Amino acid sequence: MAEVISLKKESILKYVLQLADNALILGQRLAEICGHGPILEQDIAITNISLDLIGEARVLYQYAAEIEGNGKTEDDYPYKRDIRSWQNILLVEQPNGHFGHTIMRQFMFDCYHYYHLKAMINSNDERLAQIAAKTIKEATYHLKYSSEWVIRLGDGTEESNSKMQDALNDRIRFFGEAFIPSKIENDKSLIGIAVDCTEIKDLAWAKFSEVCQTANLDIPEVKFPQKGGKDGLHSEYFGFILSELQFLQKSYPDSNW
Amino acid sequence: MVVDKAHIEDVLKNVTDPEIPVLTIQDLGIYQGFEREGKKITVLITPTYTGCPAMDMISVNVKSAMEEAGYKDVVVKLILSPVWTTDMISEDGHRKLKEYGIAPPVEKTSDKSHHSGEEKVVPCPQCESKNTQVISQFGSTACKALYKCNDCLEPFDYFKCY
Repeated sequence: MAEVISLKKESILKYVLQLADNALILGQRLAEICGHGPILEQDIAITNISLDLIGEARVLYQYAAEIEGNGKTEDDYPYKRDIRSWQNILLVEQPNGHFGHTIMRQFMFDCYHYYHLKAMINSNDERLAQIAAKTIKEATYHLKYSSEWVIRLGDGTEESNSKMQDALNDRIRFFGEAFIPSKIENDKSLIGIAVDCTEIKDLAWAKFSEVCQTANLDIPEVKFPQKGGKDGLHSEYFGFILSELQFLQKSYPDSNW
Repeated sequence: MVVDKAHIEDVLKNVTDPEIPVLTIQDLGIYQGFEREGKKITVLITPTYTGCPAMDMISVNVKSAMEEAGYKDVVVKLILSPVWTTDMISEDGHRKLKEYGIAPPVEKTSDKSHHSGEEKVVPCPQCESKNTQVISQFGSTACKALYKCNDCLEPFDYFKCY
């Protein structure tokens, strides 16, 4: 008989998966750059960040599997769910584009991720607090790295500045979603456990604006903010990511090595 | 078989980091003791970086070293608390890193200057020169940054503060 998990546990499970999905999908996107980086050092840097994010996703999926029980493992979530059950924000699934696009997407995510983890260290859920205390050390390096590149390219040549400005203009509509609470983030049973993403918004925006200003980039007004990822409504790119990520388990179900 | 703490820790001295084979898991500070339950021994390890691919191999190596020493019922458990920091690397570990050509962490993690953008001087492990520069904050493994010595011109790895 399958064990019935309590409603509160089910909410925590959903919340943990939302966090894990963000980390895994961005990790997967960055892993695509492995062997294709503009120069060797940056190829290595980006795949290091990918590794950190996949590591973060793993500890979260392991926690999810423990909450759910019933013989679930960390691999069930990335490999055996279809599009609508993924809750990552749309930002992380956007394509790598040119290096400026990759860096801008990273920088936006890092602004959110860093402050999110900083707040999660105080979560009443002991495991989430531990995971945050661990992964914030990695996220701190990520934010430093992406900020430096936004500044170096934005405040660089005319061409690098215009490419960064294009990347900012294109990606900015995806930045807001991280700070709009989903149904699960608003769940009353998660007060004190889940981070109130509206509370970290100002901190993340302050960092974001400060770096953009140093980089001589103008933050455009967002006319059509995009959201939906947290509720499982994804952009057209998402199916392609999953088809690559899940290829092996779809073609050879339950294969193992 | 009598379970003896000193003996177990002696056995574990044979387990090294696969990426930095001069460091044992004790030097690195990731070994966090063991728990005993009847004949079963649980070795506790706190991972360095969450995504560090060496962790699986370290777990396998811990198990096989223990088995060779006669402990048949061994599990390795990864724990997240205490959170590993580079402050846990032993003095011996610092010396071994340097001899191996990797510059050891230059500051305590309570010193957050490495986060604010201020670069500390990392002396070259080959020639001791302080005239060095960072090439990339991310190096050949998750735990290292890539530096260059401006005097002896050798590139070198720096075990960054975590």
